[in-house]
Parts: sequence; C-alpha cells; structure tokens
Amino acid sequence: MSPDNDVRRYPGFGLFSVVFFAYLYLPIAVVVFYSFNANRIVSNWGGFSLHWYATALSNANLMTAVKTSLLVAAIATVASTLVALMAALVLVRGRNVRFRRISEAVVNLPLLLPEIVVAVAVLILFSEVGLANGMVKLMIAHTTFCIPFAFLPIRARLQGMDLDLEEAARDLYATGWVAFRRVTLPLILPGVFAGAMLAFVISMDDFITSNLLNSGGATTLPVYIFSLIKQGVSPQLNAISTLIMVVSVVLATMAFLLQRRQ
Amino acid sequence: MKPSSKNPNWNILGLLPAHLIMLLTLIIPIGIIIVVSFSTRGPYGGFEYAFTTAPYKQLLFNDGWTGELEFNPQYLIVVARTLLLSAVTTSICLLLSFPVAYFIALQRPAIKVLLIYLVTLPFWVSMIVRVYSWIIILGKDGVIEKTLRGLGLVDQMDSLLFGNTAMLLGLVYSYIPLMILPIFASIEKLDPALIEASHDLYGNRFTTLRRVILPLTRPGMIAGAILVFVPSLGAVLEPTLLGGGKTMMMGNLIQLQFGGARNWPLGAAIAIVLMAAVMVFLIFQGLRSMRSEGLERAA
Repeated sequence: MSPDNDVRRYPGFGLFSVVFFAYLYLPIAVVVFYSFNANRIVSNWGGFSLHWYATALSNANLMTAVKTSLLVAAIATVASTLVALMAALVLVRGRNVRFRRISEAVVNLPLLLPEIVVAVAVLILFSEVGLANGMVKLMIAHTTFCIPFAFLPIRARLQGMDLDLEEAARDLYATGWVAFRRVTLPLILPGVFAGAMLAFVISMDDFITSNLLNSGGATTLPVYIFSLIKQGVSPQLNAISTLIMVVSVVLATMAFLLQRRQ
Repeated sequence: MKPSSKNPNWNILGLLPAHLIMLLTLIIPIGIIIVVSFSTRGPYGGFEYAFTTAPYKQLLFNDGWTGELEFNPQYLIVVARTLLLSAVTTSICLLLSFPVAYFIALQRPAIKVLLIYLVTLPFWVSMIVRVYSWIIILGKDGVIEKTLRGLGLVDQMDSLLFGNTAMLLGLVYSYIPLMILPIFASIEKLDPALIEASHDLYGNRFTTLRRVILPLTRPGMIAGAILVFVPSLGAVLEPTLLGGGKTMMMGNLIQLQFGGARNWPLGAAIAIVLMAAVMVFLIFQGLRSMRSEGLERAA
C-alpha cells in the first residue's frame, strides 16, 4: 500500500508536526544564538564572542548556587530513591498489603497537589518547627516532592519483571535478602537508575519551593537565575542558560540511550 | 515461603519511611494551612492563632471608608483568570498534540523513538530557562518585534510581554510534552484493523477520526488533560515572568502573600481555594472515567 492511499494517514499532519517541532525548538535556538553575542545588549548582534561564557564561569555567586543545587539534589536523589524503592517493593510485591490504593496515593501525593501548595505546606511546617538552616530545609522539601518521580519508574520496572526468576532463586535456597540482592535488584536497576535521574533533574529544576524557602544562604541555581532575570536580559544570562541546556541534553541523552539498551 | 508471609512486618517497614515523610511534610502541614487560613495576620507577618474568617472575606470584600464591606472583585478576577487560562492552555495543548502524536505514532520504529526523544528533550531543559527564552522572543526589542519591523509591517508596537497572551504562550510551551506523551501512548495501542474496518464500511477519513480514533484515544487525552491542567492552575514562573505584576494567576498571588506582602492567612486561603479547584477537577475526571469504564463493561 503506498503512503498516499494508506487509510491510516491524514494529510497535513506531517507538515503540522514540522511546524510544531520548529515552535518547540525556536526559543532554545534563540537563547543559544544570542549567548554568543559580543554586544552587551542582547538583541543587537555585535559579532561572535565567547566573552559571556567566561563571565558566567568566573561568576562566584553563580558557582555557589550551582554547588547548593548539586548538594541538595544529591541528597534528595539518594533519600527519595531509597524511600521510593522500599515503598515500590511493598506496593508491587507485598502480599496481603492492606489499603494498597490509598498507600499508593499517599506516596504520589506531591503529584496530586499543585507545587505551590506543597511549597506553602513545607514553609509553614518549618516556621512552626522553628528550623532555620536553609540547606536542611531544602533537602527535606526536595526529598518529599522527588519521591513520586523516583517511585513511578521503579514501580513500572517491578511490574514488568518476571516473578519466576525470583522464585527460582528462592527454590535454590537463596534467602530473601540474597534473592533480592542477586536477582531482583540487578533486574530492576535500570528502573531505579531512571527514577534517581528523574528525581535529580526535578530537584535541580525546582524553582517554586526553593524560592519560597530561600533563606539562610541557600540559593539554588533556578532561584539565582530568577534574580538575574529580574535585573533584565543579558548575554551572560544566555550563556548560563546555554550551559544548563548542554548539561540537560547530555543527561537526557544518557537516559534515552540507557532505556533503549534494555 | 514468601518474605512477607514469613515476616509480616515487612509491608509496614517498607512503606513507613514514605508514609512518614508525606505525613510530616505534607498531610499535617496542609492541616496547618487550613488553620492558618482561619487565623489572624501577625503584626510582623506570619500569623497568630485567633479564629477569624477574615482571610476568606478578604478574597471577596474590602473594608470600605466607613468600615462596611465593599465587594472587591480583584482576587476573584485572579481566580477566574487562573481557571480560564488553565482551561484554554489544556484545550490548545490537546488540539496541537493530537496531530503531532498521531504523526509520530505512524513512523518507523527508529524514527518514532527519535521523535519522542525530541518531544521530551525540552522538558529536561530547566523550566526557568524555557520561560526566560520567551522574554527574549516577546520582549521589547525582542525577536518578534525586530522581525516585524525588519519586514516593514510595524514601526512601533506594544510589548507582547506582560499580558494574558504571553502567559498563555508560556503555559502551552511549558506543559505540551505532558500532553503529547499520553496521547501518543494511546494512539500506539490503537488497533489499525479498526481503522481499516471503518474505511471498508465506507467511512471517510473524517468520520473514522471522529467515530473511531478519537473515542478510542480518549483515555490518553484525559490523562494528558490532567497532567497539563493541574500544574497550569498552580503555575508561578509563567505569570511572574511573562504576565508581569498586574496580570497575576493564583500561583504567584500565593507566592506574593507568603513572600513580599507577608499576609500568610490570605495566602493560605488562596492556597485552599486552589487546592479545592484541583480536587474538584480530579474528582470530576475520576467519576467520568469510572462511568466510561462501567459503560464499556456493560457493553
């Protein structure tokens, strides 16, 4: 059957998709293009220059924000992935789990609420408890909203896994722990890794909660970028944005390739 | 010989950390938000536990010059704008996503994987960077204005930034990958034989689309609508950066009350209204999907 009279095809959808992808990538292209602008004014092209990349990389405030973000994201990723893995094992594998649906809804609670409500909740919590350390506040808050993002890929992987392998291990007299460590964990590792990566990206990207909790010298990267945007557009901001995009694209591509290998 | 039957505490132990975190950092604090929304504003920001319905009254009324309550729609307008912009964002995302998702679903496997990767890629790029990029495009002396001036179409134009249109553009751009993915998944599951059967029964393309494809991909559209509508309702970055100070949505209004304005009870009351709107929508969608499942089972 030739594509023209393939009944499944709809004329115009292809062209529409091309325009759509252009729309999706236009803003990204604009930021990258103007980051190489030698002119101080963003939209007046003054020739090619890497000057703003040098300015960005020698910006001490920016580097402090990057460090804060990385530290918070690392802690939140490890904590949320561990908690999510434990919960997923019980919710997918556990026998006689009571209130399974409600339990699962509780684990996914941050997804059911708008993030600003989550942010307000933790802000009020910390003010009631009297916790002042900005970093600790961020780590706790980020762990909370990262849990469902770590949980969902792990749950999907567990659900897709063949139970026979684990049972075979148990038949061969492996204890529960050994069967988990030698059979189950290696098999679900791609899901655990995908969950951890998602949690990391979500934490690095968070603006709403981090901005509301911004105190005690804990300014994350998105919050710092926000303060730069408030001062107006600048080629330095474009250079910082481009650098962030490069890192994001590398991470996304790694995740994509890892998933394809399975 | 299952671990859980031999040792029944495993279930509880495994779920305990997740449940404890949610209880301590979300469930109890949401209870406190409700309490705060009925509390009195503290003299230096924050709040004092003294019961009052003033924050909710403040959403609708102002204290007039002589002390009587005067109806003041300013916050109601923000609520209405939030609901409307989120609904329009969801509809535009639906309209744009369907043809793209359908086109991708028809490609060869290798190209399909690549196109899905390209759809998700912007989503990995920091949200704030993606919203910021629209400032360069829409702003004064921005890409659009320069292009239009270069073509001689306009000499002077009002900034495209800081209005409902800019917010809408930003919202659609931010959330559209969340709509394409579930629609794509449901189109992939569609049995091509059904489409061919419809054509064999003399249904033209339009009839087939309307009577076969759209109804069968509805679950994906509903999932996408939830994924786009809920975060749009609580959006903060798009209204703050693209909407400007005068065209607010509930998300940045809440943030303003907890940040600069330091009126926590009012902020808490708006957060409760926002949460209620999300819950009503989710329950409504849940009931609808339950009803359609019931119908399918009955048929």
